[in-house]
Amino acid sequence: MSLLEHTLEELHTMLVNKETTAEEIMTAVFARISETEDKIGAFITITEEEALLKAREMDEAGIDPDDLLSGLPIGIKDNIITEGTLTTAASRILEDFVPIYDATVSKKIKEAGMISVGKLNMDEFAMGGSTETSYFKLTRNPWNLEKVPGGSSGGSAAAVASGQVPVALGTDTGGSIRQPAAFNGIVGMKPTYGRVSRFGLIAFGSSLDQIGPFSRTVKDNALVLNAISGADPADSMSAQQEVPDFTAGIEKGVKGMKIGVPKEYMSEGLQPGVKEAVLKAVETYRSLGAIVEEVSLPHSQYGIAAYYIIASSEASSNLQRFDGIRYGYRAEGAESLDELYIKTRSEGFGDEVKRRIMLGTFSLSSGYYDAHFKKAAKVRTLIRQDFEKVFDSYDLILGPTATTTAFDIGGKVKDPVAMYLADILTVPVNLAGVPAISIPCGFSEGMPVGLQLIGKHFDEQTIYRAAYAFEQATDFHKERPNL
Amino acid sequence: MTVNVNEQDIRHVAKLAKLEISDDEIKKFTVQMDNIIDMVEQLDTLDTKDVPEMYHGAFIENVMREDKAVPGTDREALFENVKESKDGLIRVPAIIDNGEGDA
Repeated sequence: MSLLEHTLEELHTMLVNKETTAEEIMTAVFARISETEDKIGAFITITEEEALLKAREMDEAGIDPDDLLSGLPIGIKDNIITEGTLTTAASRILEDFVPIYDATVSKKIKEAGMISVGKLNMDEFAMGGSTETSYFKLTRNPWNLEKVPGGSSGGSAAAVASGQVPVALGTDTGGSIRQPAAFNGIVGMKPTYGRVSRFGLIAFGSSLDQIGPFSRTVKDNALVLNAISGADPADSMSAQQEVPDFTAGIEKGVKGMKIGVPKEYMSEGLQPGVKEAVLKAVETYRSLGAIVEEVSLPHSQYGIAAYYIIASSEASSNLQRFDGIRYGYRAEGAESLDELYIKTRSEGFGDEVKRRIMLGTFSLSSGYYDAHFKKAAKVRTLIRQDFEKVFDSYDLILGPTATTTAFDIGGKVKDPVAMYLADILTVPVNLAGVPAISIPCGFSEGMPVGLQLIGKHFDEQTIYRAAYAFEQATDFHKERPNL
Repeated sequence: MTVNVNEQDIRHVAKLAKLEISDDEIKKFTVQMDNIIDMVEQLDTLDTKDVPEMYHGAFIENVMREDKAVPGTDREALFENVKESKDGLIRVPAIIDNGEGDA
């Protein structure tokens, strides 16, 4: 059994018992990366030397038995800034950007003793659902190299699914953790908005963005969320809430838990194999003692439209900072400041980023503000109220993460609207700010299917408990792609 | 309200966003943007007259901190990512054309 088949807890025990060393684990990580990276293309930057050095240092200092994550490897999505390590957000406009400080989460994983092995590919500025809009490279799905890994955190998901790293960080603005987790047959959590500091996350849609973990098992996921959560004076939207131990009570089971399945999430548009896998998951939950009933989130169909207006409007404002002056790409040959801005941005941003900036600019422009931006903000209230109504009587909401399994490379990238519509089951969660996880629940035509569990604000614990119960009752998380 | 965007609208929006769309690409962008705007305008079918707006997903509290000076980011470090600088200032092309160029 390869070292990478172990959970974080197992690796920790092996480290404490001196059955392995941090260096040995790190060496196994880079061996696996060099064996698979040509096929997968998960990384933009690999920091092998630094990681091995750090691992040796930790071995010399001795692994603290109380520090569960210390000495263990992690990958980081390339829109999370890392001091001294190239951070590009997969954009030409940041092709040479080396941050001079750490994001709060980068600092927190270091404090937990975790060692970053590199920066993971993604859609440019996290705008996309397939990782195909990256300026640098294509990432392939380890289950089928002709399929996309999903996005925007496609590199993070593919790296974990292919056994390159045990865990990784991603970000989710409209599904960018959950959808790639589903497409790769792994666990991906988008925490409650405010649970994890966004300081040092290259902003896309500030009222929606959250950082969260990818892992192969539910408990590993909870352990990483433990390490990155908490209030942060540098992010004024981070929640002042106490952070519980997300693994506490994880094995309590789902007996008596009330789970709602929105009829809108199970409608016609689902790939038959996805629907079948989710219905089987419902039966599994019933057999474990949960009460599963149909509910309604009546405004779900408006989620995509509201999301694309809001996220793009926020992006058009956030991305104004990329102007070629203080950092990043600067166009050559501009004769005036205005020309410098325009040339830098036109050469530095890819098409999808331009489309979103233009949609946002349009939605916020005079004459369209009320009909677009304000209207979307009202619809957002309706979507949030839908969730609140269901959560008055239910502990969790269950449904598919995506309507299909991973699609073909090149299949949607030329049709932006088709790509946007694929987010229909994930964006309402971001609009409402609630937490949600995707866990593996089966296969359809050889590709993994994701089960989405949505919880109340700041109730990630119930999500983890239900996800863990499902994982214990099934073997989907033990399946591995043939690489 | 249903809008059909034309090439002129796209050029206008691009200008507001400090982007330039080449003549080769303007057709493609116009069709795509028109489709996207059609898609988002399905919100028009929903009556939201008395619904309040929601601009974020958080429960905001006013968080106070002690009014104490703390060190900011190091100025020299901030310059590490600047492409061109002179005398501790960022160098850019002429902002106002006064006929002297960027001396």
